[in-house]
Amino acid sequence: MFSNVLTLCYLVASVTFILGLKMLSNPASARKGNLVAAFGMTVAIFATIFLYEDNGEKLHNYVWIFAGLLIGTVAGTLSAKKVKMTAMPEMVSLFNGMGGACAALISAAEFYHIYEAHAESPNVPFAELVSVGHYLTIVAGAIIGTISYTGSIIAWGKLNGRVKDFSFKGQHIVNMIVLALVIASSVWAYKSTIGDIYIPFLLIGFFAFIYGILFVMPIGGADMPVVISLLNSFTGVAAACGGFLYDNKAMLTGGILVGAAGTLLTILMCKAMNRSLTNVLIGSFGGNKAAAGGTTAGAQGHYKEISLADAAMVMGYANKVMIVPGYGLAVAQAQHTCHELEKILNEKGVDVFYAIHPVAGRMPGHMNVLLAEADVSYDKLLEMEQANDEFKTSDVVLILGANDVVNPAAKNDPASPIYGMPILEVEQAKTVIVNKRSMKPGYAGIENDLFFQPKTSMLFGDAKKVLQDLCAEIKAV
Amino acid sequence: MENILQWISDNQQVIYIVILMIFVGIEVIGRVPSVLHTPLMSGANAIHGVVIIGAIIVMGKAATDNYLALILGFLAVILGTLNVVGGFVVTDRMLEMFKKKK
Repeated sequence: MFSNVLTLCYLVASVTFILGLKMLSNPASARKGNLVAAFGMTVAIFATIFLYEDNGEKLHNYVWIFAGLLIGTVAGTLSAKKVKMTAMPEMVSLFNGMGGACAALISAAEFYHIYEAHAESPNVPFAELVSVGHYLTIVAGAIIGTISYTGSIIAWGKLNGRVKDFSFKGQHIVNMIVLALVIASSVWAYKSTIGDIYIPFLLIGFFAFIYGILFVMPIGGADMPVVISLLNSFTGVAAACGGFLYDNKAMLTGGILVGAAGTLLTILMCKAMNRSLTNVLIGSFGGNKAAAGGTTAGAQGHYKEISLADAAMVMGYANKVMIVPGYGLAVAQAQHTCHELEKILNEKGVDVFYAIHPVAGRMPGHMNVLLAEADVSYDKLLEMEQANDEFKTSDVVLILGANDVVNPAAKNDPASPIYGMPILEVEQAKTVIVNKRSMKPGYAGIENDLFFQPKTSMLFGDAKKVLQDLCAEIKAV
Repeated sequence: MENILQWISDNQQVIYIVILMIFVGIEVIGRVPSVLHTPLMSGANAIHGVVIIGAIIVMGKAATDNYLALILGFLAVILGTLNVVGGFVVTDRMLEMFKKKK
């Protein structure tokens, strides 16, 4: 009876996962979709706690289980509630890492379970006790989960600036060797006897741990969203391994669903940047910094600065102003001030629109979320193609901390690492004002020709501060 | 070879589920607009937190005096819960901002 109800609960959970994911891919139903999936998850969790039977025996250790759930819930809710909008991407990465670690720990526990059950016969080969298929699921869960864990932690560190890009010559070969060591240890463990299996098993974990770090380390910060999405699908597969292990359909369907959807999402994200996944993973943006700098060094030249008063004047008397938001806006938390500027300009009879590049910021859709937070109305946000048509008739383009998404090298310079990425063609407007903190290149690490063009002027400073001053100046105009 | 064939036929139900789920996963999000990439990733992230079920099973099966198993399970439950709860809450916060569409 209990197990039948449990099966039904898992079925409900699986359906809500599919439904939730479907609804999440449509703006109108997205929020509900998230709640639907959360509901299914709650059902599955409580059904497992109270209805799961292992050979006719109920689960025990309820105190531990509820203590763990409580700690996780409080910590998870607090950190998710407190995190700033700008730090969302790294939060997702962190949570993803937790899921990966969880999957790895399950594999470790399962391994330990087998080890312990046969501890009194240390000379029995492991291979005689466990079938290849069963062993592969345990080990795959451990390896993929661990890689996802360390990879996500590195990605998290890179996004918040704690970890710098790091690559060295022959890194891909080293990575391959480490990966080979992971596989070798797995084979070794399977061939070992029960008595000395824990050494190769620990080695599997160790090498997977290192591989996760090495895998993400050389990939540039700008590509982190893609990497996080990929690691996200890894964790899905690791969770599915757990589902296989316990013959649990909710884990299996949930895990595979995320594995597949995550992989597709990764590819879609790459497409939005007009790059291939291999290019992201192997061509590693950050690693090519030196080479890229060389090819565009010729672009170095004179740039001119504009004073706040002049910028205010130009914008105050314009007919149409396009704002191009980028990561700089997010970092400075300037979305509200930006909306303020929009309102002031509107009062002066100036049309204001926002040109949103699909990958502006650190995550696709980052800017939409940020500006929506500041109550900027939706019809003001123009997607790339629409925006590119509008630039021709714009008097002023104000670029707020965006760089690579407006770099003409993506169109003109085949040698550039971002060549081929669709960009916002801001140079079609009459005047371009660029707000940046300094002349430092953007995340792709390449120079931007745009800044040296005659119609471009630079307005240095923190986006929020500059916008506040601009608001004051324009009011005075 | 014999082994592999045997394994496939022993687990055919699971293999069917895996293959069908791959297609479902791809179909379901095939037409997502780029605006929703981040929330969708975050939502999917929360869904793979379903791994928590495995953690609960590990925890609940562990003998009460087996401290290593208990600690492994306990950590797994905490981490899994973080993934689930944090994942859904973060996604909800992101999507909250899409609500005021006028």
